[in-house]
Amino acid sequence: METITLPRAALIVSVLLLAAFPLIAATFYVQLGAKILIMAIFALSLDLLVGHTGLVSLGHAAYFGLAAYVLALISPKYEAASFWFTLPVAMTAAAAAALIIGFLVVRTAGVYFIMATLAFAQMLYSLFHDTKLGGGSDGIYITVRPDLTIAGIKPLDLEDPVQFYYLALLSIIAVYALLNQVLHAPFGRALAGIKANESRMRSIGYPVFAYKLGAFVLAGALAGLAGYLAACQFGFVNPEILAWHQSGAVLMMVILGGIGKLHGAVLGAFTYVLLQEVLSAPTLLGTYAKHWQLALGSLIVLIVLALPHGLAAWIERAGGWHKRKHVSGAAQVSHD
Amino acid sequence: MTEAILQVRRLSKNFGGLAAVDDVSLDVEVGQLHAVIGPNGAGKTTLINMLSGDLSASAGSILFRGTEVARLEPERRSRLGVGRSYQKINIFPGFSALENCRLAAQSREPRPFNWLRSAMSYEAILTNARQALSAVGLANQADTGAATLSHGEQRQLEIAMSLATDPKLLLLDEPLAGMGTEESSHMIELVSGLAQTHAILLVEHDMDAVFRLAQVLTVMVNGKILASGSPEAIRANREVQIAYLGGADDSL
Repeated sequence: METITLPRAALIVSVLLLAAFPLIAATFYVQLGAKILIMAIFALSLDLLVGHTGLVSLGHAAYFGLAAYVLALISPKYEAASFWFTLPVAMTAAAAAALIIGFLVVRTAGVYFIMATLAFAQMLYSLFHDTKLGGGSDGIYITVRPDLTIAGIKPLDLEDPVQFYYLALLSIIAVYALLNQVLHAPFGRALAGIKANESRMRSIGYPVFAYKLGAFVLAGALAGLAGYLAACQFGFVNPEILAWHQSGAVLMMVILGGIGKLHGAVLGAFTYVLLQEVLSAPTLLGTYAKHWQLALGSLIVLIVLALPHGLAAWIERAGGWHKRKHVSGAAQVSHD
Repeated sequence: MTEAILQVRRLSKNFGGLAAVDDVSLDVEVGQLHAVIGPNGAGKTTLINMLSGDLSASAGSILFRGTEVARLEPERRSRLGVGRSYQKINIFPGFSALENCRLAAQSREPRPFNWLRSAMSYEAILTNARQALSAVGLANQADTGAATLSHGEQRQLEIAMSLATDPKLLLLDEPLAGMGTEESSHMIELVSGLAQTHAILLVEHDMDAVFRLAQVLTVMVNGKILASGSPEAIRANREVQIAYLGGADDSL
């Protein structure tokens, strides 16, 4: 009954392809793949707000970056921290920050909400950039990656890029499934109602503020998962991971892929990171690679102009899924 | 003895220097249809908006089933049993007619933390939504997109959404606005049926409809109550005839 589901076959094929990828790809590409999957989790978490609740946040990197910093701060210097301890702590910290900030910003709407989320994210950025709390502008190294050992068994070794890739893949499958579930549950339907007509939701009895805050906290926690994984992968955090560039980049991923569609957020993240990689590679573009931001920006503008509903809608149309969806899904679809 | 489900006392709303609603008191009793009439700008919609909580009152009290609700948010009043329709159609145009009502019915059992079950699997909620659609005569349009319904059907849907929340009091703001003759008579029948089971406060311009439906009429002019009473009493009221109808009594 939703717009958000790709045909199941396409989903299964995508997962199989992603699972097979490390078998054929060189380490560099496996690492790039993991990075893309992590950014896709980040984009999925933002799409819950932008695409499904109607809250355009320009400060989503705050929760991503905060969880990354929490991992760096609680990891022992020369030995591995426990994954099972640090992940919940990092995600809880991100969720708590989202609860506090959300409590203050969720009452605002439109451009005020955008500005307020941006302002709080910048405050967090300054906290880590200008104080010694997180090593200042130099950041902190995570010398040993967290250890997944539980009850004497080590299911994955995160020092191995391929195994780390599979952790990222499992994570995105879990997040995608969770969000798909949430969006079809009463909570998600209420969010869709809030996005469509907030005042009407209030007059039929929904405490809209609490629902928006709930979505904000869930999105913050999932952004925290992405940030935690990013910190694991790079072994390093610095204030740039919670700067507004990062918030802007993830928002662009969501818009590029098509807001309000889970697979759109994933597609957007893939496209954005791949374009960024290609356009900033000196081996491909020589000295032009220095100006990758100019090229990336122009390309994104062109794509958004040509495909105002995002890549996902374009692919659906090309695949003939669009029509089928309308036949089976009647009219419950959101407004695209 | 009937009891008042809604008691409005000395309710006022000021927009800057303008008193849109000025010292209004009225009662709506169980099983009663109370109509509020008056020329454009009399403050009728402002009054309804204050009763539903869409607007905050500047002064005065609103007792709903013994609870003071004048400072409560609209969602709290809805959960206490106040349902409303809007003069300007206010629905979820992107959803099906059924989903519009299902969301309304879901608000009575919201289960925001159960993420394991699909919203469509709650049979009791779906049943309530379908009943609300049937009650307004939209049962066979359940799967139609709300945006593609006719104007009259959207007005019916608006009322069905309120009904799906199982309200004790219905606030209907010009349910006949913009309707053709046939649609109007259908809606009048609908409201008359609802009046058997609900207390209703109706704001309406169509005088034929108002005099057919209402047991009590309140006439508002410039934010104030000019007169209140039975349709016969209002029809005979000289002040009402002069102020509201320019002295011509033939349209009453």
